[in-house]
Amino acid sequence: MDELKNTAAQAAGAAVAAEDEVVTFKRPSQAKEIWRRFRKNRGSMIGLIILIIIFLLLIFAEFISPYEIAIKQIPENILAKPSAQHPFGCDAYGRDVLSRILHGGRVSLAIALIATMTSCIVGSTLGAIAGYFGKWIDSIIMRALDIFMSVPDILFTMTVVVALGANFVNLLIALTLAYFTNYVRLVRSQVLNLSEQEYVEAARAGGSGNARIILSHIIPNAMGVIIVNVTLNVAKIIIYESTLSFLGLGMPPPQPEWGLMLSEAREVMRKAPFLLFFPAAAIVICACCINLVGDGLRDALDPHLKS
Amino acid sequence: MSDIDRTAEPLLKTVDLQKYFKLKNGAMLHAVDGINMELWPGETIGVVGESGCGKSTLGRTILKLIEPTAGRIYFEGKDITDFKTAQMRKMRQDMQIIFQDPYSSIDPRKSVIEVIAEYMIIHKMFRTKAETYDQAAKYMDRVGLARRYANSYPHELDGGRRQRIGIARALSLNPKFIVCDEPVSALDVSIQAQILNLLMDLQDDMKLAYMFVTHDLSVVKHISDKIMVMYLGQCVELCESEELFKNPMHPYTDALLAAIPRPDITRRNMEFKLIKGEVSSPINVKPGCRFGARCEYCTEECLAADPPLKEVSPGHFCACIRAEELKAKLQADNEF
Amino acid sequence: MSDNITEVKEEVTTAAPLLSIKDLKVTYRTDLEVVEAVNDIYLEIGKGKTLGLVGETGAGKTTTALSILRLLPNRTGFIDKGEIFFDGESILDMTEHQMQHVRGNRISMVFQDPMTALNPVLTVGDQIAEAIKLHNPHLSAAEVDQKVEDTLQMVGILPQRKVEYPHQFSGGMKQRVVIAIALCCEPELLIADEPTTALDVTIQAQVLSMMRDLRDRLGTSMLLITHDLGIVAQTCDDVAVMYAGEIIESGTTKDIFLGGRHHPYTVGLFDSIPDLESKSARLNPIPGLMPDPTDLPPGCPFAPRCRECMDICREKRPETKLFGETHRIRCHKFDQDAAGTVVTDEPVEEEGGKQDE
Repeated sequence: MDELKNTAAQAAGAAVAAEDEVVTFKRPSQAKEIWRRFRKNRGSMIGLIILIIIFLLLIFAEFISPYEIAIKQIPENILAKPSAQHPFGCDAYGRDVLSRILHGGRVSLAIALIATMTSCIVGSTLGAIAGYFGKWIDSIIMRALDIFMSVPDILFTMTVVVALGANFVNLLIALTLAYFTNYVRLVRSQVLNLSEQEYVEAARAGGSGNARIILSHIIPNAMGVIIVNVTLNVAKIIIYESTLSFLGLGMPPPQPEWGLMLSEAREVMRKAPFLLFFPAAAIVICACCINLVGDGLRDALDPHLKS
Repeated sequence: MSDIDRTAEPLLKTVDLQKYFKLKNGAMLHAVDGINMELWPGETIGVVGESGCGKSTLGRTILKLIEPTAGRIYFEGKDITDFKTAQMRKMRQDMQIIFQDPYSSIDPRKSVIEVIAEYMIIHKMFRTKAETYDQAAKYMDRVGLARRYANSYPHELDGGRRQRIGIARALSLNPKFIVCDEPVSALDVSIQAQILNLLMDLQDDMKLAYMFVTHDLSVVKHISDKIMVMYLGQCVELCESEELFKNPMHPYTDALLAAIPRPDITRRNMEFKLIKGEVSSPINVKPGCRFGARCEYCTEECLAADPPLKEVSPGHFCACIRAEELKAKLQADNEF
Repeated sequence: MSDNITEVKEEVTTAAPLLSIKDLKVTYRTDLEVVEAVNDIYLEIGKGKTLGLVGETGAGKTTTALSILRLLPNRTGFIDKGEIFFDGESILDMTEHQMQHVRGNRISMVFQDPMTALNPVLTVGDQIAEAIKLHNPHLSAAEVDQKVEDTLQMVGILPQRKVEYPHQFSGGMKQRVVIAIALCCEPELLIADEPTTALDVTIQAQVLSMMRDLRDRLGTSMLLITHDLGIVAQTCDDVAVMYAGEIIESGTTKDIFLGGRHHPYTVGLFDSIPDLESKSARLNPIPGLMPDPTDLPPGCPFAPRCRECMDICREKRPETKLFGETHRIRCHKFDQDAAGTVVTDEPVEEEGGKQDE
């Protein structure tokens, strides 16, 4: 075998005469592989499709049913049952429920998504710093966290909203403060674990500084866990935000809002039980679908994490 | 091995290097306890010992990936013991490491070419990314990695290829000294041979000095010029490679050699010369020979004080006070 | 110097083997690919004998071991064809219930990594007791306790240590505990998958010595999976060399280490061991890598790396030839060699085997 004579080529493995033409060093997308795995999970795909439909409906809410309809009170329509003209019926003030669901959804989901993002960013940053630098920085952050977490969620958010007033931004602040603690512990433990990885040591051996290590090695590897948690938290925040508006701490009327609708429906429960159904169903469906997607994501990302 | 010029100053020198770890209960773990070594360009020192002997810690301490507790480290004459991170950064171009586990020492989220190029990017060796990647590809050629793997992820390759990535990465800064921390232990036998040959070729080409850490005596023989046997943080024997196998002087070395199962069925019924007991603890060590508890030749005197590392014959150092008298007995047992 | 080769083991016994595997084919199937892990192998282990199964990563050794115990992963591992007979009974035909009676009791397995094989929250004594109680439900608590102490003593651990937890033991001691658990019910066959690879060489010597003693005392047969030819030489009676899911050479230790004919892979394995005694500066590795088990080449799987490859090797799978009473080799090199006879294993379903076109 002539090929065996060239030891360097031997070392290269089976195909000695391999094409050496790789001209562009483009990194292949791992996203494709993750998507393929995700697709196999039927539950998650159903959840995803429903979510997409919901998002589309919400985005185009203005075209389906303008905002004015959501707030216009028509006395004749008070507690009207669902009909062709008002597919979801009308509430105690004669307002079209379908329209209110759509517009309410925009606010609910917008708040949920943004609050999730902000709490994730705040919490993750703190967690990463605590986990990576350790020692007294870690102690300070974790003890501050303990203090934060010793106050019951509801009490905390209520206080914030009452103090600052109820509007979009303040709600976001309140929710962020309530939920960022999740991420601190999570990311901290991820970072603690990843910091011990040998490839981090390898990066140090190459002269890499801390910032570079965190950004280039630790965060990308922790993303999988963070993403899954983010998805699952969105569902939680939707429910939580609905709770707030149920308690009257959410967006002020006449802004429709799912929790608020639930609260209003409670008062006329006997006369028009269907009013309870629609906002509740909306909340439940959204939360379920998001959870399904989150589960699927976790499974899709997991085998990769293991390798 | 190629001839080594030992007249010039050594490339690397350690004097009484120590690394102690303080444990939670206040006890001291003596990981590296007074190591003296010298290494010249193009030379390979094999550091052999079993788990817990401190050989990996020694490698990392020399590279200042772990801060030494005491002692001195000299690289090219410079005392780098107290260098801070910023100063060490420059030194990293000259001193590198190849890790044992090709699975955990490479970031699973980076492609092969990115892993190899990383160091060069950190040190801004080239102006553009393209040039850096180009050079990285050349290192792939050097270590025998087909270029078509450049965009693959490490988990798609087998252990041997992954280890080549690690080697290419270590070479990328053109170092003078590389700590090879059990680079072939995690690999199959036939791949081990390939990688060892590669390392030896690279050494010849690039005049590299290696500190080859391993627990496998048969591997170390081929690649080393001299060998240091470590036990519980201390050097128990140091001499030329051939000499160690011909005339092992320390009872521990002797036992190590005897414990290796030989692929030779004619010597099947010879009892393994078993060392009794387990490796003692490196925590809060008392004075006295640390191998004493397990040594069949141990005496009162052995346990009284730390046996010094003495030059028993030219170039052959041994930390056993009974080395001379046991010489004849050990030789007889090692008839190959 | 007296002849150190153990004479006893050379008797070719006509007694029925304890374990007999014929024509075994195992694949792993995922949605992406089919991994041909084990391809038509033939193995026999006699009562009281030790068979060394040698090969590199990916050769299919662990898969073979798991197949014997029917421990292949549920959704992806499939035994496509073949027979496995243990003491005259067909393993593949047993129900799960019957298998549970076999596992740990008649056939035991020791895995490679002692660090993860033990439950960290149970004491060592409890774990041994668990195994004993499982297979001897009629024993009283006191009897079980006694047996636990006996077992610990048997593997060289102080019986008082039965109340300690795994993390309080070193690697070598943990492996002894694992072996203790495996042997506590005095199985007829012990499968040890690289039992000493994770251990230091001096501890390995202790553990191997202990296993040899136990084996001699209890008369246990052993299937020792390893990549270390040194261990094989020192502890095994018979050897089977595995490559890419096939057993390319098998026989007694004498056949493999001293015989005149060998499969080129076996020769390559011996050559690539860094030998303490050789003086050469360069090693002789086998070039290339084992073939991808999802994409095995037609013909002999070793062909791409073989120094003696001929044209026929690339096209046709070689047949197994028997030389003497025990030495089997699967290589085209010996096609013309009249000293050997082609062996067709007891036909299970004749589809593989002879015709390979």
